[in-house]
Amino acid sequence: MGWSVIRAYTILVYLFMFLPVAVVVLLSFNQNQFGSFPMTGFSLRWFEALWNNDAVMRAFRTSLVLGLLTALISTTLGVLASLALVRYAVPGKNLITTILIAPILVPEVVLAVALLLFLNWLGIGKSFALLLAGHVIFTLPFVILVVQARLVSIRRDVEEAALSLGASPVQTFFSVTLPLLMPAVAAGALFAFTISFDDITGTLFWKPGGVETVPTQIFSMLRNSISPEINALGTVMIIITVGLPLLGAAIARKISIKRGM
Amino acid sequence: MGAVSLKNIVKRFGVFTAVEKTSLSIAEGSFTTLLGPSGCGKTTTLRMIAGLLDPTEGEIIIGGKRVNDVPIYKRNLGLVFQNYALFPHKTVSENVAFGLRYRNVTKPEIARRVQEALELVQLPQVAARYPRALSGGQQQRIALARAIVIEPDVLLLDEPLSALDANLREDMRVELKRIQERIGVTTVFVTHDQSEALAMSDQIVVMSDGRVEQVGAPEEVYNTPASEFVAKFLGASNILDGRCLSRGPEGAVLEVPVFGKVIVPSAKAPHLVGEGAAKLVIRAEKLLLRRSPPESGAFSAPAEVETVDYQGQSVRYFVRAGNVQLQAINMIDERPFPAGAQVHMTLRPQDCAALPG
Repeated sequence: MGWSVIRAYTILVYLFMFLPVAVVVLLSFNQNQFGSFPMTGFSLRWFEALWNNDAVMRAFRTSLVLGLLTALISTTLGVLASLALVRYAVPGKNLITTILIAPILVPEVVLAVALLLFLNWLGIGKSFALLLAGHVIFTLPFVILVVQARLVSIRRDVEEAALSLGASPVQTFFSVTLPLLMPAVAAGALFAFTISFDDITGTLFWKPGGVETVPTQIFSMLRNSISPEINALGTVMIIITVGLPLLGAAIARKISIKRGM
Repeated sequence: MGAVSLKNIVKRFGVFTAVEKTSLSIAEGSFTTLLGPSGCGKTTTLRMIAGLLDPTEGEIIIGGKRVNDVPIYKRNLGLVFQNYALFPHKTVSENVAFGLRYRNVTKPEIARRVQEALELVQLPQVAARYPRALSGGQQQRIALARAIVIEPDVLLLDEPLSALDANLREDMRVELKRIQERIGVTTVFVTHDQSEALAMSDQIVVMSDGRVEQVGAPEEVYNTPASEFVAKFLGASNILDGRCLSRGPEGAVLEVPVFGKVIVPSAKAPHLVGEGAAKLVIRAEKLLLRRSPPESGAFSAPAEVETVDYQGQSVRYFVRAGNVQLQAINMIDERPFPAGAQVHMTLRPQDCAALPG
């Protein structure tokens, strides 16, 4: 009795969370202009309209470039910071860790406004670089948390073995530490990319005029009308933000099976 | 002048002194063991030789050159760890080839030497596997192959057998010694296991609390301990506090409880200078229990058996003589003495050792 109530309740919660998403995906394939059930037919016309919409495609390219650069910078900084914090005796280690992790504890609006005010105070205007910096600050904690956890589990003596065999510290990093760290590095990069790709709050504050990312584009399109194109764009976003991590996990599993780990 | 020498090495971690002024010389091609309980500074010493730790004071000399400022990756040492430390993302042959990649060795030459090293450790068939697919003993053999394939000046082994189970450990002990003798590399071995140290070493360095207690060949360290610590750490010993009455060419005359006057040959009392407080060290396996008093030439005292610990081919007895409890490990043919039996403990003079008190 008790369990069936819990089961029903759980199912309802999931329905409440995912049904709207399912409706968006479903309606993106609807032939009719107006979203209503039952659907009148299957069509890819809204995806086609998306492809021919210059503003959307521009926003898409911006998001892609922004996401990739964020992932690249965040991952590089995150790996370096984790190495320093885990492998070396840095003075003020705990304080530095807290500061680096803080951006996920602070509400995003506060962080967004703070960075904007700070840069205004410095006399630096809004730019793509600012937007990128904001995304890096915001995604860095995720990378550091994931990479640090992995780095702690890499035994120091494996690196010491490489050093004793004649590899310099840099060679040791690239031939031993980084390959062993790779699952975390890839996970961190994926996190950074997907978080950057569908971030809206910070982006709205930081983006310079005329630049739109996919989420802000959807947002501005919604102000005018509820076009079925938005459903199609939403579907593309879901495929990217859900599909990429799944793909990453599948690749990671394949590699680890090969190594018998 | 040995292959490795340490000159007045000190290592401090903050206020804690891990190794106190230690000097040591390790002969070319020898197998030297640093032996001691955990925390005695043996691993710290090994890590300083390796270059993983910098000594606070003193000099480290390898092959006649001061290496204090030479980083580990330029020292040309083979290092084997307790937990193997194989690269999990590389195959066995990639693991073994690792050190050669940084040494200007041609590809065919690498392949040849890797094959040779794998044959030396008797595992040529696992070359294409990943370390996870190997047993602990196999992983440690591969770690050894990886360390020796670079033809190191010194092979450093940090408790390499401790992670293996008991039967395998003894096999690996023999195997490791065989390989070391075959290639003749100067080897420094760190262990807390006295039987490993006694079985494998040319020279044993007994350490305690960051200090060297004794340096010597296994039988020397075992039979003529230089301190009470060494006597207690290696094997089971009885130590009787007494006095040295005189020290002459025939030996040292000690007055101890239970046995009364005991004459210890000079060779077994090298550290005893003259009269004064002294200790008599009696190895448990040299204290023989008999039913009847012995013929002349041995010291003897009556005792009562308190505890019998039967171990098959040998028995460990705890006996009491007056208010002194002693330990005796005797080989037996038949049945052991029962608890409560009245026996005679006998001891040959050459089986004792004397220490200053």
